[in-house]
Amino acid sequence: MRARTSQILTRVAEAVFPPLLALLIAFVVGDVLILAFGKSPAAVYRLLLEGTWRNPYGFGQVLYKATTYAFTGLAFALARRAGLFSIGAEGQLAAGAFGAAVVGLALPVGTPWAPAAGLCLVAAAFAGGSVGATAGALKAVFGEHEVIVTIMVNFIVLAALNWVVATRLHDPETLHTPAIHAGAFPRLSEVWPALHGSAANFTIVLAVVVVGAVAALLSLTKYGYQATAVGLQREAAAAAGISLGWTWFIALTLSGAIAGLGGANFVLGYKGYYEDGMAGGAGFSGIAVAVVGKSPFGVLFVALLFATLSQGGLAIHASMPKQFVEVLQATVIFTMAAVTPGVRAMIAGSRVARRAAAGEAS
Amino acid sequence: MKLLSMVEQTLRIAIPYLFAAAGGTLAERSGIVSLALEGYMLAGAFSAVLGGFMTGSAWGAIAGGAFGGLVFAALHALATLRFKANQIVIGVALNLLAIGATRLFLKLVFHSSSNSARVSGFGESASASVATFANPLFFVGLLTTPALAWMMKRTAFGLRVRAAGEHPRAAETLGVDVGRIRLVAVLVSGVLAGLGGAYLAIEQHQFTDEMTAGRGFIALAAVITGSWRPVRAGVACLLFAAAETLQIQLQTLAVLPSQVLSMIPYVVTLIVLTGFVGRSEEPAALGKGA
Repeated sequence: MRARTSQILTRVAEAVFPPLLALLIAFVVGDVLILAFGKSPAAVYRLLLEGTWRNPYGFGQVLYKATTYAFTGLAFALARRAGLFSIGAEGQLAAGAFGAAVVGLALPVGTPWAPAAGLCLVAAAFAGGSVGATAGALKAVFGEHEVIVTIMVNFIVLAALNWVVATRLHDPETLHTPAIHAGAFPRLSEVWPALHGSAANFTIVLAVVVVGAVAALLSLTKYGYQATAVGLQREAAAAAGISLGWTWFIALTLSGAIAGLGGANFVLGYKGYYEDGMAGGAGFSGIAVAVVGKSPFGVLFVALLFATLSQGGLAIHASMPKQFVEVLQATVIFTMAAVTPGVRAMIAGSRVARRAAAGEAS
Repeated sequence: MKLLSMVEQTLRIAIPYLFAAAGGTLAERSGIVSLALEGYMLAGAFSAVLGGFMTGSAWGAIAGGAFGGLVFAALHALATLRFKANQIVIGVALNLLAIGATRLFLKLVFHSSSNSARVSGFGESASASVATFANPLFFVGLLTTPALAWMMKRTAFGLRVRAAGEHPRAAETLGVDVGRIRLVAVLVSGVLAGLGGAYLAIEQHQFTDEMTAGRGFIALAAVITGSWRPVRAGVACLLFAAAETLQIQLQTLAVLPSQVLSMIPYVVTLIVLTGFVGRSEEPAALGKGA
């Protein structure tokens, strides 16, 4: 019983201390940068808070951005569990958004909401999943490194989408598709009027459901067990009869499908069309969200944090360039990765020390 | 004549790849994953413009580029060697940091979100093709590959780098300071990739937002394609550069849409990596930490 409690405490400490320390260091770096611009850190952070959590519109925007980050973060976290670093969410997010937009356009005006939205979501997941599956096949069959493959596939997918939208499927004078005919998600402001004007919409509910589904997949199913085994010790997993290639293929495909679903937030929930460049780095931010958040539920929290920073970047624009928050986000990932091994070692060290002390006492 | 200008164009495009791939080969052979090449290059390009802007000389730009790459490589070394951080995560973080930091300082120094002020290059008054050869980085870039190949094969340092990447514990037993070897390898790779970025900036006489546009990743792909061997990686760089030249030439003919053509280097990379040039064996201790 005592051992079990201390095990849980260790896990909580391992999950909580590195992000806190990383955030602390990142904010110190942020302070230095703000001072370099000759501004006051306190004033900048006050602006950041006032533009986000302290006003309903800003809060709605935070929820909207957090929704996309939750999907791309989960996508990275899922592949990571199988030991893979997928950099592909950026292209998969765009592909999913495009898939949803094309199906939404193809449906006749007046299609009932539920089947229309369902079809659009299936299209988003399928489009993102296909992109992920391509990378998965190259990894599983040819042994190509997934980092390189997903980066290359990103370039290819984004160029292909740009081509299709620019030459075949755009409203005149724009780089976006015409508006979808059916399947749009309602805004959150319909049940929470204060959020009026913000992009927050019911895709966020889907995000929470997918978080639960991924958590369940990883901890309750046979596939989740296999993926975890492959991620922890691939040689041992292979020796136990688990197919590495198949596990990786499925992981990258599912990861792509989840990132693709994230495209619904923009197309079905916000704009009603696919626009070139809509991903805007949210796929890469997902890596940060997953690295800091670790577990599916952690991803949800960190998505809110990064969304706050991203929206906050707009709020502080009067006194700092919004690129400031990009530096802050990168610093969080960097320090998170840098402090994790040390904090782990310290926690393990203190546990060993305590056990030794207990041993001497008895 | 046409052929000659295409060769020249290929070489010009290849220079940044050659710099970065040489750096990547060196660092990866020592056991450190070089995912941050893109970030080194971007930082190098920006600090090159900054150096050129402050000194008013293209030599200042070269020094600036080397320094920018060095700073980012030092961060990389600090995190992965001192703090044993995950090398891939650090690589991703440094690439994002390079994008964000260059944008931020572009705003701070040049008050623009797209490009810097103009900086001078080499052979300004000369014709375009003479200007190519007036830039010393052009020749340095071409020489990096054979120099690296010689160093890896013939020098004690090269042998130690290979030992650090293949079997760090055995190397330690023989008295090789693996940590120090890796530190030097990563720092040199930063300087090289930074010079690659500087070459880009000097050629274009300015810094533009995200101007490296994935070149660091292509260079890393060249390292892998070249089985972590300097000469083969250099050949892969030339191959990618040739594909890009072809793309640019085809674009002027307008036979295919520009977006489709822009995919060519990436598709070539994926096809080459499927292994039809032979399966490659990565350094045994790559990414494993010390």
